[in-house]
Amino acid sequence: MIVSVASGKGGTGKTTVAVNLASTQGSRIRLLDCDVEEPNARLFFKGAACGHPETVTRPIPEVDEGQCDGCGECSRFCEFKALAVLGRRVLVFPELCHGCGGCMRVCPKGAIREIPKRIGTVSIHTADGLSVVEGRLDVGVAMAPPLIHAVKRKALASEKGDTILDAPPGTACPVTATLHGSDYVLLVTEPTPFGLHDLTLAVEMVRELKLPFGVVINRADSGDDRVREYCRKEWITVLAEIPDDRRIAEAYSRGELLVEALPEYRTLFKHLWDKVRGQS
Amino acid sequence: MIKELVIVSGKGGTGKTSVTASFAVLAAGHAVLADCDVDAADLHLVLTPHDTTTTEFKSGHEAVIQPGKCKGCGLCAAYCRYGAVKALKRPFGKPLYAVDPLACEGCGVCFRFCPTGAVAFPERLCGQRMVSETRCGTMVHARLGAAAENSGKLVASVRQEARRLAEESGKTLLITDGPPGIGCPVIASLTGASHALIVTEPTVSGEHDLERVLALTKHFGIPVSVCVNKWDINPLMTERIETLVRTHGAQSAGRIRYDRAVTTAQVKGKAVVEMASPAADDIKNVWAKLNP
Repeated sequence: MIVSVASGKGGTGKTTVAVNLASTQGSRIRLLDCDVEEPNARLFFKGAACGHPETVTRPIPEVDEGQCDGCGECSRFCEFKALAVLGRRVLVFPELCHGCGGCMRVCPKGAIREIPKRIGTVSIHTADGLSVVEGRLDVGVAMAPPLIHAVKRKALASEKGDTILDAPPGTACPVTATLHGSDYVLLVTEPTPFGLHDLTLAVEMVRELKLPFGVVINRADSGDDRVREYCRKEWITVLAEIPDDRRIAEAYSRGELLVEALPEYRTLFKHLWDKVRGQS
Repeated sequence: MIKELVIVSGKGGTGKTSVTASFAVLAAGHAVLADCDVDAADLHLVLTPHDTTTTEFKSGHEAVIQPGKCKGCGLCAAYCRYGAVKALKRPFGKPLYAVDPLACEGCGVCFRFCPTGAVAFPERLCGQRMVSETRCGTMVHARLGAAAENSGKLVASVRQEARRLAEESGKTLLITDGPPGIGCPVIASLTGASHALIVTEPTVSGEHDLERVLALTKHFGIPVSVCVNKWDINPLMTERIETLVRTHGAQSAGRIRYDRAVTTAQVKGKAVVEMASPAADDIKNVWAKLNP
């Protein structure tokens, strides 16, 4: 079973939910950190054995100047303006390239081939039998989805089993790249106007993706009751509420697992996992 | 010369928007505001915009296979690098092909190479861009369509419009609320800005994410200040972060206390500095220090 933890708004507690859920299930679970712009899950497993990071690349065009006659067909074709013709030379802008391979196919001289361009790394970390697969985008690289796909390929190709995906915040393409293929989505929110607004956007997104989902309210009782009202009105299941407890914030700040620093919360996460399993 | 202050964070939920809304109030009508967190925009919840004009934001194209013209050769599926062309198997004859709009990146390969011209390639509606009036001046904001692409282009369009409006009205300051992360929409929010303020929190995640966003601002050569929100949750970590800031050659813009008044203000639809509280005083100090 593949469960994604997403949120719309950032900082609502996605990673908290993902790492603590994974930790209560131990070796039965794999955790994928798909927040490749800011991967944090590993920070909560101190002393995890770090696997060697594998380089992830995506294809970008390289123009053979000997064969190119500067006809400009490639730059006219490219929807992303990743190629420009200057006189008889073709300039490639790798950061704009989506790697579709179209320029290579349209070039009448066969002057374009593809070369790999590094975008980040994927690594596997193990702690107490639990494996954390982390994607880490290189700083300055714009496009996260190809790396997210690489993380999922790396983890999901090897073996089937229960998997938790820690998604990036928002509702744009990096999130849909993460959620695609999930059996269930946990949307973590907080009971504030920002939390509610971004939850409604996230709900719109998972409904668009036609995925079953439920809500976890973090820092419950810190704001108002409108998130609960919204869930009631929309027939959305609230699977768990994590209280607004300063000790949680402090344990989190030190990079400690909540279920270890405050063991009274173990049951909450165990029940949450059981409920998720029961839902899908 | 228009100055642009962009507020970013790396990690989400550190208080970017609460700080931005307060800055909007403190700028007292001298600034144009831009909300560039286009896939989870929240600034409007505090600044309650009115007199909104909405423009549809179209960017790029998307492929659509017209079933009547498709002969089922499957070339599109073979060429598509994004797995966006799905084959619908039929009991008899060749399969039918269809494009999953959520996976399509709009590269145009299938459109170009389809031997029967069965692929249409219409413009893609990605969201809306809005210009509104608020009690703190004009605000440009946007809404990305659910699960849509091209957030970076929408961000660029929001900033461009905000700059145009500032020039038109003789304003000299742009205050921009940025998205979390370090990817495409963040890069689109930061390029060419005069100054970035990073709002972080004293947690291991906050520290880790700060380092990456500092590397990004350095990469683009943008002068940067850092403020630590909820600093008293972990004073030791706050010190560690402030040391890190110094070693990166960035400015420290001060600290903001952990204060429930921040949530109270949000629930009431007010900026933190519009209600008296210790956090409000701290934010005023950060603003004074930045002196934009």
